[in-house]
Amino acid sequence: MSVPNERATRSRLTALLGRQPIGGLLVAPYVIFIVAVFAYPLGLAVWMSFHDYFFTAPGVPVDRPFVGLDNYVAVLKDPAVRQAFGNIAIFLLVNVPLTVVTALLLASGLNRAVRGLTFLRVAYFIPYVTASVAVVGVWLYMFTTNGLVNEVLGPVAPDPSWLVNESLVMPNIAVFVAWKQLGFFVLLYLAALQNVPKELYEAASVDGASRLWSFRAVTVPGVRPATVLVVILATITGANLFTEPYLLTGGGGPNGASTSPVLLMYQRGIEQGNPDTAAAIGVLLVLGVGLLALANRRFVRGD
Amino acid sequence: MTELVDPEAPVRTVPAATPPPRPPTKIGSVLRTTLLVAGAVVFLFPFYYMLLGSLQAEPDPSPSALLPTGNLTLDNYRQIDESLNLLQSLANSGIFTGGVILGTVVFGVLAGYALARLHFRGRGSLFAMVLLIQVVPFQLLIIPLYVMVVRTYGLADNHLGIILPYAINTTAVFVFRQFFLQLPDDLFSAARIDGAGELRILWSVALPLVRPALLTAVLLTFIGPWNEFLWPFLITKDPDMQPLAVSLANYISTISGEAANPYGAILAGACVLAAPAIALFVVFQRHFTSTDLGSGVKG
Repeated sequence: MSVPNERATRSRLTALLGRQPIGGLLVAPYVIFIVAVFAYPLGLAVWMSFHDYFFTAPGVPVDRPFVGLDNYVAVLKDPAVRQAFGNIAIFLLVNVPLTVVTALLLASGLNRAVRGLTFLRVAYFIPYVTASVAVVGVWLYMFTTNGLVNEVLGPVAPDPSWLVNESLVMPNIAVFVAWKQLGFFVLLYLAALQNVPKELYEAASVDGASRLWSFRAVTVPGVRPATVLVVILATITGANLFTEPYLLTGGGGPNGASTSPVLLMYQRGIEQGNPDTAAAIGVLLVLGVGLLALANRRFVRGD
Repeated sequence: MTELVDPEAPVRTVPAATPPPRPPTKIGSVLRTTLLVAGAVVFLFPFYYMLLGSLQAEPDPSPSALLPTGNLTLDNYRQIDESLNLLQSLANSGIFTGGVILGTVVFGVLAGYALARLHFRGRGSLFAMVLLIQVVPFQLLIIPLYVMVVRTYGLADNHLGIILPYAINTTAVFVFRQFFLQLPDDLFSAARIDGAGELRILWSVALPLVRPALLTAVLLTFIGPWNEFLWPFLITKDPDMQPLAVSLANYISTISGEAANPYGAILAGACVLAAPAIALFVVFQRHFTSTDLGSGVKG
């Protein structure tokens, strides 16, 4: 970077603060923001999950005793919590493979398409830039019992309909989220495809590989780091599911078949005033996502 | 592929574009284009249906209504405006989004510049922390943030309380850092030899060169708060303070039953909520490039 021409007398100060200590000043607002909005709340969430925490008026001193793992035990014994985590598992089983496969196929198609590229890019990205609340409105209209989808399906329409059917509701939401988020993942794959050396395709072509085979033997391994990222981000998105079950199914129905852990955190923590239980659900959720992310790195990278 | 690369953008680390691996056969190319266009039509269909439904006087879910011949009206827009005061809700969304963009552009640029170009104590550990933040799900933090913002600081139903957790977009900080990193080193050495201070270099040398990146980051930042539902929903109970996403969601979940044509009114509100983000994206779509987003995510 800059020419190392500082005088010897200033070198000790430089060693202590760095060559441009003003940088510390420039990042200060951001550091304060991180501490106030991420680090401190993160610590508070963990602390709350080990204490008997309840809402009080500001400034009222109350005793909030340490309760060890009580909140976690209560949460794990709660059938509603177990159901919510099970729902998310179903969601991820449908959503993640669907997202990875469709995003990669679309990206490699778009990577070769020349004509109409702008239109295609816009088309696939528009759901991503639109508010969930807005597209939930039209999804409700399409998938309601007398909606367009069932009208088209006629006699094969599911009964009870999609969003009030215990076994169809979670896959339906998983498809909704895959559609909504796909544009972003297509962009990630498009960036990754730029980095696959084209010599590999040429070599495969010389060896007489079919297009399908070169996709399997060159493209898929070539974008493996992007696949790790896509799976992790899609898992995090799924774990954060809230708006869709809250609005599409009237708050997690039917019979809790679409309740998500975050929806439960909202209901337990804020509606029912048990922030300690909600914090415990949150910690478990993050641990679960972390474990899945690690397992995914192993699985995708290690074969 | 060349359209994916912004011509105004400065030097990039990622090579511009690879040409197609081999000349595609004609049939394959036609087939691929057809499939991609068909997929795009399926992708866009819900948006057409949203607009159509918002204009229907009576909800008509039959397939024959897809090409409307009559039954169209603007009443649904009047209905949703009466129920939730669209202008006020839009203004609240605008204040939320504007506040976040302002905070991100001012403090995010400073942080991104310092992280990319200045050597100071703690830079490495700060950057590690920034990476870590990306993987902490915001949802874990909603309960403690709710406790802090609503219970401790009493900022419920307050614009500041809505903006606070979003005030500086970390992804935008990444994008800024990435763009400042890509500027040539000589530029900075030359300016320093000429005696320019670090702030002067940022303002007069670096910022003008990354103006396209600024636009990308602003657009990226826009869609977050404009579309955000959970956080503003938690801390606003006063309808006069709610952003449009929240007031429309409340309309969907509770009061739509009172309307003559509930779906029409919901979809009219959905169109109003979706239009600004889609319009911005379509106008500036070439700024949403894969390389920018990729660099933002990969750091």
